Order: sequence, then C-alpha cells, then structure tokens
Amino acid sequence: MTIKQEINQNAFGNDKNRLMDILLSINETQGYISRKNMLDLSQKLGISMAQVQETVSFYHFFSSKPRGKYNIYLDNSITAVMNGRAEVKEAFEQCCETSFGNVSRDGLFGLFNTSCIGMNDQEPAAIINNKIFTHLTPYRVKHLVEDMRAGKTTDELMYENFGDGNNADPDVKSMVSNHIRKKSIILKKDYIPFTFLTTKLKEYTPGDIVAEIEASNLRGRGGAGFPTGMKWRFGRRTEGKHRVIICNADEGEPGTFKDRVLLTEYADLVFEGMVVAAYATGSDIGLLYLRYEYRYLLKFLNRKLTEMRKNHFLGQNIGGVQGFNFDIRIQSGAGAYVCGEESALIESLEGKRGEPRDKPPFPVEKGYLGYPTIVNNVETLATAVKILHHGAEWYAGFGTKDSLGTKLLSISGDCRFPGIYEVEWGTTIREIIAMSGAENVQAIQVGGPSGMMIGMKDAGNMDNSELMKWYKPSGMMIAEKFFDRKLSYSDLPTGGSIIIFNNHRDLLGEVVMNFMDFFIEESCGSCSTCRNMPIIMKNKLRKILDGHGIRKDIYDLLNWGKVLKASRCGLGQTAGNPVLSSIFHFRHLYEQRIQSLTQFDSGFNLDEATKETKKYVHRKPVFHHFKTSETWKDQ
Amino acid sequence: MNKKIIATTSLAGCFGCHMSILDIDERILDLIELVEFDKSPIDDIKKFTQPVDIGIIEGGCCNSENTQILKYFRENCKILVSLGECAIMGGLPAMRNGIPIQECLNEAYLDGPTVQENHEHIIPNDEELPLLLDKVYPCHEVVKIDYFLPGCPPRADLIWNALYALITENPMEMPYEVVKFD
Repeated sequence: MTIKQEINQNAFGNDKNRLMDILLSINETQGYISRKNMLDLSQKLGISMAQVQETVSFYHFFSSKPRGKYNIYLDNSITAVMNGRAEVKEAFEQCCETSFGNVSRDGLFGLFNTSCIGMNDQEPAAIINNKIFTHLTPYRVKHLVEDMRAGKTTDELMYENFGDGNNADPDVKSMVSNHIRKKSIILKKDYIPFTFLTTKLKEYTPGDIVAEIEASNLRGRGGAGFPTGMKWRFGRRTEGKHRVIICNADEGEPGTFKDRVLLTEYADLVFEGMVVAAYATGSDIGLLYLRYEYRYLLKFLNRKLTEMRKNHFLGQNIGGVQGFNFDIRIQSGAGAYVCGEESALIESLEGKRGEPRDKPPFPVEKGYLGYPTIVNNVETLATAVKILHHGAEWYAGFGTKDSLGTKLLSISGDCRFPGIYEVEWGTTIREIIAMSGAENVQAIQVGGPSGMMIGMKDAGNMDNSELMKWYKPSGMMIAEKFFDRKLSYSDLPTGGSIIIFNNHRDLLGEVVMNFMDFFIEESCGSCSTCRNMPIIMKNKLRKILDGHGIRKDIYDLLNWGKVLKASRCGLGQTAGNPVLSSIFHFRHLYEQRIQSLTQFDSGFNLDEATKETKKYVHRKPVFHHFKTSETWKDQ
Repeated sequence: MNKKIIATTSLAGCFGCHMSILDIDERILDLIELVEFDKSPIDDIKKFTQPVDIGIIEGGCCNSENTQILKYFRENCKILVSLGECAIMGGLPAMRNGIPIQECLNEAYLDGPTVQENHEHIIPNDEELPLLLDKVYPCHEVVKIDYFLPGCPPRADLIWNALYALITENPMEMPYEVVKFD
C-alpha cells in the first residue's frame, strides 16, 4: 500500500489527535515524512500545514528528509561515554563510511546521536530500526555493519541469545537484560496479578481506594513526589464527560531504566494499577505513553492488553462492578525528553509538539482533550496495587517516617553490578555503594542530570547556605562527606537514577559537559531561559576548562543558574543543576582551574576567531595603523 | 577642575549612537566646558595623544580590526563604556552569527539580490582588509567593559546623564523614561 493510500484510509479515523500515530506509521514504512505527506495530512485532518510541520520537526525520531535503510541511533548518555562509546562511534563511522548526523552515500546507513535510551546498565547501546543492541564493541559493530550490508533484517542481526525473562518473549525478542539485583515489596513475585481486581475490587468503593492510598502516603515515583492519593482525589472531584488515566512511561531522565524493567516483567501489575486508578477516579479512558526508545515492547504490551480484554479486566463492568467501563490504549512517543513532563506528555498525546502547558489549570482539572486527567508514573501504579492488596498499614512498615515504602533505583556507572535495586526509603548512599559493588567512588549523581552531584571532597570552606535557599534540586551529585545522607523525600529525593563515578572520571570535562549537552539537545525551545542559558553556561564552563576562567565566572554561573528558575517546566528549571550542584559539591575542581590572580580574562582568542576566514582568504590580518603594547599571536 | 578626556569610536555599528550623542543638542556647549575630546570620529583624531579618562565604544566586534581598536582603547582609557545594543549584545550585525562565513560572503558579493556588475565573481580580498571573525562579539567578550548604556540608540538624555555623572563623579540619575524602550 502506498503512503498516500495509507493516509487516505488510515486506521486512525482521520483524527487530528492521532497525528503522532499517523506520523509514526508513515515514518516507519517510508523512512521519513515528506513535504507531500505533510500537505496531504494537513488537508485530510483539517489542520494547517504548519501544525503538521511543527509536530514533525519537534520529535527526534521523525525526519523530513530521507534517512537510511538502517538507522542507527547511538546513545550518548554519560554511561555510554564511560563504557567506550567513542570507539564504537568511530567504528560505526568507519564501517558505514559516513559521519554521525548523516546518511551514507548509498542510502544504506543513517548514523544519529540520541539521548539516553534507558539502557544505562548495558552501554554502549544503540537502536537500529527499533531494535535495541546493547554492549556494543568496535568488533561487534564491524560484524553488524557487514550483516546489514548483506541485507539481513534486524531480527537476523541479533544472536539468538536474548535477555532474561520476558526479553526472550516471542513478541519482544530483545537482547536487553533486566539486571534485577534486589527485590522488595514491589518486585517480589508474591502476588498473582489481577487478584485484587477480580476478588476484592467490588468490596471497595472508589472513595475507599483513594482513602487507602492516602493512608499509605504514597508519593509519585517519577521524581516530583506529589502525593498520589491527593492527585486521585482531585481528579475524582473534577466534573467531566470523561476522565483519563495516563501511565507515564516516558522515562527519559538519563540513568533511569526502572520503568523498562517494570514494563517487561511486571506489565500486568502496571496495567492493573491503571484499572484500579481508573476505578478510584471514575475514569473511562486509559493511555499509556510509551517512549519511542521502548517501542520494541509495544507488540508485547499490546498482547497483554488483548489478554486483559479477553479476561474482562478491561472493557465493560470490570471486576464485576456494574458500570465500571475502562480501556487502555498505548501511545508511542517519538523521542523527546520533555514529554515526561505531564502537560507536555498530554500535548504529545493530542498529536502536538510536546511543549509544557501553562499551569494552572493542572491536568487533574483540564488535561487530555480538556478532560480531567490523572498522570501517574509506572512505578506508582504498580506500587498502588501492592498497597491495596496488602493494606496501607502493612506498607507503613517499610521506609522512613516521611517516605514510606520502597523505591526502585536504576544504578549504573562505575560499579560491578549495575541494574535495578528495590530499596527501602532511608537507604544511605554508603549502602548503595556497597550493594552495587562500587569502589574508589568520587561522586554519585542522584536523580539524573536534573538532579545533584555528590562526591568525595566537599567545598568545605564555602558557605553555601545562602545559595541553598533557592536551589531546590530534584536530586543531586553528592560528595563523600554526604554519603551518609538518606534517600527520602525530605533529604535526597530521587526519581531512581543513580550514576556512580570513580576517581578516574573527569567530573567537569566529561560528566557535567555531557549533562549540559543533554539539556541543550532536549530543551523544547519555548522559554528563552532554557533555550539559551544552558548554552551560555556550557560556554562559560568550557572557558574555565580551557584555563581562561576567573573567580567571577564561578559567581556568574551561580547567578545565571537562578535565571533558569523562570522557566515554565521542570526541564528548564533544573537545566543548570549539573553546573550548580558541581559547584556546590566540587568547588575545588573549579578553584583549581581558575586563574586566582587574574582580574579579567574574556577568553577571546583572535587566532581561533579568524580561523574560518583564514581558510578562504589565505592570509593573516594586517595591523599597521597603530601598534598595541601586546603583540597579537598572528603578527 | 581639570577637563576630563574623552575618546569615542564606532566598531561594528552604524554611527547611530554617535548621532545620539549629538542629540544632546545645546548641552554640547556645557559638555565642551567639562571635557576635551581625544581620539574620536567627532574631531577626527586618529591616534591617542594622551591618557584618556572615558572611552565610549559603539558597536560590537565583527572583524580583526575591531578587536584591535577595542584593545587599543582598553589600554589607553581608564573607563570603557559600551554604548548601545551592538556594543552590548552584538546587535543587528550579530544576525549573521550561526551562518557560515563563506555563505555570508557569497550573499554579499555574489548571490544577493542587490549584487550588480560583479561579472568576475570577485570576493574582495585585499591584504588591507581586516578578517571577519567567526561571529560578531559583544565588546565585553573581548575586553573588560566598565559600564553599559542600553538602547538602540541610547537616548541622548541617558548618554548625557551618564556622562555627566561620570565626569562629576556623582551617582547617575536614571529615570524610568530614559531606559524604557517600548
């Protein structure tokens, strides 16, 4: 079927809110979305050409220009860099005879960088035509490219040694490993999914369920930690023709991969959580927003949903409750970190650019298509089921006073056992280091790049208290002085990302720069603060690293970080955190690099600045009107 | 009171800021009581003849000569003032930032709609010509700048107030009207 026909009789009912699905299907069959496609679509869906274009241009995995037959998206997260990404990248460039960001001349290969794909425990990893390839080496790359040149399909490219558990499922067939290292109340398989739904649900009123969740003090596990019960109550209270439950599986924070494991091994639990949440809030529409990077799970998850429908866990009168109708649809993203923000996610679900909305109104008041919408993290929903099954009282036996229960941690970086650890809240950083088998730890990044960096030596002599007043990270990079700090909402809150760096890592040049690149790449561009400031801060840091830094530069960075707080969403507000938290906790690294006696150094280098021009004019600048005391390097 | 020495220059600017200096109108007579001009397009002195108190810079740095003059000013002036949008942020010329230099030159000398009679497709390359920088730099990214006067151009009142305050070493009066731009 041609693309044109597909648009004409597409399966999405010419619904402009399904633009993402339509674009995904065109992108998948044709490899790119042409101008003609966009024009056809705009007419068909009754929206303007610009609306189609703005959506296409927003997402990383959409292309308006032809890409290769095989498109290789190589993860550029910090753990990939630490595990030999540079060599793998070089191998790809050599074998495919093109450079990153381009398509090879024969149109066979497209090489692209991509932000963290949620495989931090098995880097370097790449997505090749929707299939995940982990633990890449230059040797493996050579063979992969040979096989691709021989015309093998991505399925044939894989060895038959699939990952553990459901990764070997016929509908997944992936070499991704789960690496579950520590199980506690969520991950223990002591519960047969849907037991609560089939046996107990009808004994509860929706109000009872909300009360039980509120009693358990469950807080959102995505990172922000909003009380789940309260969110459900707000959603329930708002009048609307429909209400919507969204499961946020757009796990984009570099270093997290817990949702991937939950969806692979505990999909039933997550879906049951959605059904229960729907019951509690009176919702009838269920959406799971699956990030594009996890699209290899789509077929498997859809099979799970089909099974659920067959067993009447979805559909009409679920769980024997008259009038409780609910169904779930899975929506794929197309590559955008900011879509993890709930209002951006809703925009994306409606087929638009994933730009965060102004709040209020909050999604619980006016969300997906204007209906009251409750957005919950994958882990939150899975936890909710366990709480309801065992009771809030039981749940209160875990964790600390202000943070009850457990948290899934995605631990990666310099440690012997990267993977998923389910720990009780209140676990100290020192315990995490011990359990993951990390040695010579220099720093720990808690909560991903938007979080904080913690390390061995603290700035000590610096009084940061004034600065700490306005600096509210969603996590942090920690120095050793603070390794006895505990994971909890009151001390070290985290969405689950823990990245460990040992003594050999260059924290500023390697880690912080990588994190800043991430924010520069992923900013949606809506607020000028977030669009510009990370670039300006990165340039300033570059200047310091190049040896041109002065003390004022450090203060500039601290002050400029405040400007970012004016951004609309969490991405912008935390985009300066890699720099800020490294200044707070690793001040000595900055102090070492600045010129302490120099009052001013702009870092301007005429040689560097005229390099490009010199290539064309083949001469040096002539200065003979007047001489300055200092001779230029050129003269 | 000794007269303060003032120098001015226009780098990658349009001379609009200098025009704005002249907009102080009859106050220029008061000014001349207070200051003496050294190197400046106003009196056409090419080289500094003495140490200067206040250097006023219009325009950012778009080529090698701009950076050299700016440095020349920094070395000879006690106080440097960035005057106007271009000196402070690069201004209109900075719109070329992000466009490769070759493309800019082609547009200016070969392909642009206003190019006429360049049949030999010459891009000027005399050795006297300064070299373009990779982008247009605001002045403070090249040398230390002490004061910034915003505006495109800054209002004559703002320039007058600022100069008067600097010369008499008094705090500057900056009423809202002279720094609002809508």
